[in-house]
Amino acid sequence: MIRFEDVSVTYEGAREPACLHVDFEVAEGELVLLVGPSGVGKSTVLGAVSGLVPHFTGGTLRGRVTVDGRDTRTHKPRELADVVGTVGQDPSAHFVTDTVEDELAYGMESLGLAPDVMRRRVEETLDLLGLAELRDRPIATLSGGQRQRVAIGSVLTPHPRVLVLDEPTSALDPAAAEEVLAVLQRLVHDLGTTVLMAEHRLERVVQYADRVVLLPAPGAAPVVGTPAEVMAVSPVYPPVVALGRLAGWSPPPLTVRDARRRAGDLRERLADRPYPQHTPTPLSMPALEPAPSPRRRFRRNPPPPPANPTPVHAAVVDALTVRHARVEALRRVGLTVSPGETVALMGRNGAGKSTLLGAMVGLVEPAAGSVRVGGAVPHRTAPRDLVRRVGLVPQEPRDLLYADTVAAECAAADADAGAGAGSCRALVSELLPGVADDTHPRDLSEGQRLALALAVVLTARPPLLLLDEPTRGLDYAAKARLVAVLRALAAEGHAIVLATHDVELAAELAHRVVILADGEMVADGPTAEVVVASPSFAPQVAKILAPQRWLTVAQVREALR
Amino acid sequence: MHPGAWWVWALGLGIAGSRTTNPLLLGLLIVVAGYVVAVRRTDASWARSYGAFVKLGLAVLVIRLGFAVVLGSPVPGSHILVTLPELPLPHWAQGVRVGGRVTGEGVVFALYDGLRLAALLICVGAANALANPSRLLKSLPGALYEIGVAVVVALTFAPNLIADIQRLRAARRLRGRPDRGVRGLLQVGLPVLEGALERSVALAAAMEARGYGRTAAVPAAVRRTTGALTLGGLLGVCAGTYGLLTAAGGTYGLPVLLAGLAAALGGLWLGGRRSPRTRFRPDVWGVRAWLVAGSGVLVAALVILASVHSPGSAAALHPGVVPLVSPALPLWPAVAVLVGLVPAFVAPSPVRGRTGTPGTPTLSREPS
Repeated sequence: MIRFEDVSVTYEGAREPACLHVDFEVAEGELVLLVGPSGVGKSTVLGAVSGLVPHFTGGTLRGRVTVDGRDTRTHKPRELADVVGTVGQDPSAHFVTDTVEDELAYGMESLGLAPDVMRRRVEETLDLLGLAELRDRPIATLSGGQRQRVAIGSVLTPHPRVLVLDEPTSALDPAAAEEVLAVLQRLVHDLGTTVLMAEHRLERVVQYADRVVLLPAPGAAPVVGTPAEVMAVSPVYPPVVALGRLAGWSPPPLTVRDARRRAGDLRERLADRPYPQHTPTPLSMPALEPAPSPRRRFRRNPPPPPANPTPVHAAVVDALTVRHARVEALRRVGLTVSPGETVALMGRNGAGKSTLLGAMVGLVEPAAGSVRVGGAVPHRTAPRDLVRRVGLVPQEPRDLLYADTVAAECAAADADAGAGAGSCRALVSELLPGVADDTHPRDLSEGQRLALALAVVLTARPPLLLLDEPTRGLDYAAKARLVAVLRALAAEGHAIVLATHDVELAAELAHRVVILADGEMVADGPTAEVVVASPSFAPQVAKILAPQRWLTVAQVREALR
Repeated sequence: MHPGAWWVWALGLGIAGSRTTNPLLLGLLIVVAGYVVAVRRTDASWARSYGAFVKLGLAVLVIRLGFAVVLGSPVPGSHILVTLPELPLPHWAQGVRVGGRVTGEGVVFALYDGLRLAALLICVGAANALANPSRLLKSLPGALYEIGVAVVVALTFAPNLIADIQRLRAARRLRGRPDRGVRGLLQVGLPVLEGALERSVALAAAMEARGYGRTAAVPAAVRRTTGALTLGGLLGVCAGTYGLLTAAGGTYGLPVLLAGLAAALGGLWLGGRRSPRTRFRPDVWGVRAWLVAGSGVLVAALVILASVHSPGSAAALHPGVVPLVSPALPLWPAVAVLVGLVPAFVAPSPVRGRTGTPGTPTLSREPS
């Protein structure tokens, strides 16, 4: 169905080709996963299928790409629109019209299908994707998962034979991701659609793939095979494969179910090992108390202030209510964060995680209740003063970066924070070795940009660090680097709160997990307790080794030593 | 219902309003338009524009009155309300007066005039609030489709741009810079524009990949005929308009204009064949649309008829200001204006509570 024949793409002005000698074939009705570390040209390969590379992006494509027998060299993207449906990384950039129904019809209108056919297909697609309730809704009011489904629906209605998806689940919470993947499964099984998708979060998708195309490194030839074959050699792999490699299972298991059936031995070996003490490092001040249960917190009096003027808690949120227009985004939320502690905020898209972080940094004004960060009330504190108490790395790290070179960004950060010249640059060199001073922040990869934004925020040395969805778009290597950096910061006594959909990240980092649902706090406790009990928030290792309470491969490796 | 019907209705009311200066009749007209908007508008974003138009109308009224008070009025009058200090002006500014006597007649004349303008604005506002602009654009002929898409994209683009500005201004706070003030706005300008540009490129790619701009093969003869018809039609329209406006061209003006119009429309229709597009659930001009549009046309026709053919009504439509008389409500034009209430009963009732409200700016892109 899709055939790449020795394809190399070089973008204009680039020194290196974006991908080199890519040669593979996707048969009809297959679900093929494209994997590899960041920057190996996955998006380029996907773009070449729809013809957007090179017709739209520019650059030179050598070799030949054919889709359903049509050569992309002679067919423009618009002439492939009836065969290939493409959904990019950001579904919001994909919408042309403003309501769900019109969006579903848009592609068919362009192709000139008959009105009765359009009507029928829109109804079918609404049912297939579970969007019937939303048919008249303006797209701007939809949640992330709903948008992703609308975007997929909008390319499905012309009945393309090939569907190309670039990171369809990376912005979604675990439940919404399941929803989208279930839809893809149905398409492949019921309609025989050929699906080619790239995704960083392999733990979510690898079990659905028929075959995997691995781009191991920039310029290296792709490795094609069944998921088990490729995962055995891949530099990127989900935790279940990591555990399989650790335990020496061959071929490595791909699903939790596979792994559980083989894990009897491992569970026995681990049975008498003690669980690692995953608690915050004790600090100079005796700040740490056992995490109180959420019900008790509202009534509990704050501990008497110690003699030293620094407050015991990095942040105290008490009975916080926030309203957006008339909607209550948060209802009576209480949260206490101690220095050296890492707290993960989890919950659906739109549960109020970002709003809580916003309230802690003074972007959102509380309607009731109080927020105190290092003793100050954030929304009444001048920004200059506030950056020394709390720092937030937003969902889009780019929002924090204004300058056109890394050096200028660092100089500005030093000036903003009142820090000595060069302190930001020193942090950048530490977090992001090998980045030149004159690099434009826009040219950095997602992971590098996150590191730069983190360095900018850390320049003011805030005792409380907030991160909103930090692993979106990061590959496993970048994620591992982020985990190491954040662990070191926590050990130095920084309190860290991160809002994330990434259960594996929460398992790696968090001492405590707080789950929000519809603006209310529904769980708060040590990571192992909260996460193991929940089917959607449990990491793969916990699912495999339940009822034992191991969370990460690293813990298991340590215990087996 | 077809959104065009709302525009016909509102323009009908507007034309009726422009034929009278009777404040009672204009007030009745504004009430009729306001009532229909109140019972038939949805809670979509464009429906909120009505309030803005009402405020604009009020502002026009106030400005008109202000000018009449400060700069005087051409209307002679004997009822002096107040005498403002007059600004002495040099002799070359003869005929211009600043300050001086303010007469009751002048103020009343300005009030009537301003009210008429306000009523027109409110009618346009009503059409804006009631007709879905993107559905209206979908009703454009096929040859103008590209223009329609450009406007739709712009309509969805502006809110995104504003959201971006709010998000980036909020982000300034995270860098320890003040998040208010003009400087803050200027500094986020470049990143906002960069973001907007990136989004446009992404949207263009998505549209291209979804088949935007596919054209059907059209025989060369048809293409040439289209060009000739459109160009000839436009020339005809120009010539016809010129003929109508000059004294000499009274005989040929109208026929040439009509012929040009017909040719241009033919060109548009032929041009539509180049695009293979079809429409999903086009708005049909049904019975309700006929009734709504018809009521507007009827209001305009009846008021015009009254002003031309009935001497009694004609006087009542323009109550005198010199000498000052209290305006009376003429019966037939008032009944005619009430016909404008028909849409309040025949138009489909709006479905409420289906749309969400946009949240306040946070740093998140997901709806909070």
